[in-house]
Amino acid sequence: MSSAAAPEDTGPTPPSGAQAERPGTIDAVPVRHPWRWVTIAVILALIFLLVRLLLTNDAFNWSFVWQAMVQSPVLNGLMLGTLLGTVGAMVIGITFGIALAVMRLSDNPVLSGVAWIYTWFFRAIPRLVLLTIMGALGVLFPDGLNLIPFGNDLAHLFGADHLGFATIDANRVFVGVLGGIIGLGLSEAAYMAEIARAGILSVDPGQREAACALGMSNGKAMRRIVLPQAMRVIVPPTGNETIAMTKDTSLLIAIPVTTELFFQLSSIGSRTYQTFPVLVAAVLWYLVVCSVLMVVQSRLEAYFGRGFGTSAPDEGFRTRMLSMIGGSK
Amino acid sequence: MSDVMPLVHAVNVHKSFYGVEVLKGIDIDVAAGEVICLLGPSGSGKTTFLRCINQLETIQGGRIWIDGELAGYEEKGGRLHRLNDKRIAAQRREIGMVFQRFNLFPHKTALANIMEAPVHVAGTGKAEAEKRGRELLERVGLGERCDAYPAQLSGGQQQRVAIARALAMDPKLMLFDEPTSALDPELVGEVLAVMRELAAAGMTMIVVTHEMGFAREVADRVVFMDGGVVVEQGPPEDVINNPQHERTQAFLSRIKEETEEHAAALKERVAAEEL
Repeated sequence: MSSAAAPEDTGPTPPSGAQAERPGTIDAVPVRHPWRWVTIAVILALIFLLVRLLLTNDAFNWSFVWQAMVQSPVLNGLMLGTLLGTVGAMVIGITFGIALAVMRLSDNPVLSGVAWIYTWFFRAIPRLVLLTIMGALGVLFPDGLNLIPFGNDLAHLFGADHLGFATIDANRVFVGVLGGIIGLGLSEAAYMAEIARAGILSVDPGQREAACALGMSNGKAMRRIVLPQAMRVIVPPTGNETIAMTKDTSLLIAIPVTTELFFQLSSIGSRTYQTFPVLVAAVLWYLVVCSVLMVVQSRLEAYFGRGFGTSAPDEGFRTRMLSMIGGSK
Repeated sequence: MSDVMPLVHAVNVHKSFYGVEVLKGIDIDVAAGEVICLLGPSGSGKTTFLRCINQLETIQGGRIWIDGELAGYEEKGGRLHRLNDKRIAAQRREIGMVFQRFNLFPHKTALANIMEAPVHVAGTGKAEAEKRGRELLERVGLGERCDAYPAQLSGGQQQRVAIARALAMDPKLMLFDEPTSALDPELVGEVLAVMRELAAAGMTMIVVTHEMGFAREVADRVVFMDGGVVVEQGPPEDVINNPQHERTQAFLSRIKEETEEHAAALKERVAAEEL
């Protein structure tokens, strides 16, 4: 208990005496990092090779790359298939996913069972297969989709077949970008359900208790107190999922949907025999889109992380590089 | 029931967790304006009983009435009917609770923590709730820290915000579940001061605590629990200074030793810091 050692007990004895000066500011020689200079040399060499390849190899055909990137069918595909597809699928995925997570964690065994089966089913099916199935789904509904479930069955039961409830053409729902959004969104919901469940479980149960003790119903406690805190855990993997989804929109061709970035670029390639430059164009577009998404993600993380941690912001790349070279502070 | 019914009227309360009986028939009455302290060793069921009062735990036997209203059930046609989530939530509004680990909402500022329930449960206007929230923070001595997030406050400050948050719903009854147990010794005093002030203002309080000094000074009555039953109860000077029951005596002498050790350690620490 009484281990509160006096400072004199430890360490080498400091120089004593009336003249002894007290140690002042530390101005030491920093540790040298010779291997860092080696890595810099190797990386500079590799960069040189890459840049030379990019600039001197005619197969890149850069002017063609820039042209291909801004062709109107390509821009159209980017906006509709790739961007709208990503946003739509993620909206469905996140909404359904959170609902599934809440269902999975509920006391109601039917709801939690249904959520489990949903996740089990949609996680098992490859997206390429799922989208192919979406495109073929119209075959199940040759008479169109009933807008009102059981509507026509009831009409038949009461001998009023002539009434005929409104139906829509199944192919208008399942084929095209809408079908792609539904298919990718349903698949995404299965993954988002697991992410959201982990997020909800990460919130201290005392938070729900405190909310309930203030008179909130379970639903309100979930919406106002638990979910906003769960978002802190949910957002980073959701950013990952969104970026993965952007790339998975290139699978839309399985439906088939042709207004999509990669299909449009590769068809330009096959028409003009410039197959390599169009791939470069696709890579550049995907880089642009993902960079924008990363910015959005970091903003969201900052928003939902408020109140957590008081750590100072990162030093920044520039300061770290400067300090490595031993530059002045 | 007569209209002199106490604010809390608990009769023969039983509670088990997975077959282990934690409360074995608790009878406790608390009159309006009364301050009672629940004492007892850990595992005696005092925290569980407190949580049963505002239905964070459901009881398996007995009844609890809060202000004449049966908690959690409704009697219709000679049978008890379980209340739904919304009505249980409405009953909890009348009861404020302060937790050992504060349980402030970390994503909201101190002021937003206090405004949350008035705005989103009681339907008070934002401006009015904010005014009241600032007053409450002032009352617990944190008028300057309205915009601080819980992580930026000390434990004692967080617990005072938690008390203000509970008060914002104008409860008839305040429950305190070991409100100072998670605090550094030098922060206990500021929380107890707020509670003392609250008691003086006439709030009905049930406090689970190990702070004998607080119990002796503030409580109208102390209830000693052990093994899921009430062993003995009465005015603090009787129970604490002159316990009748053997188990109470054993517990109190152990607590006394611990407190003395604690005080000695604290003195040593303060002395070391002054050095």
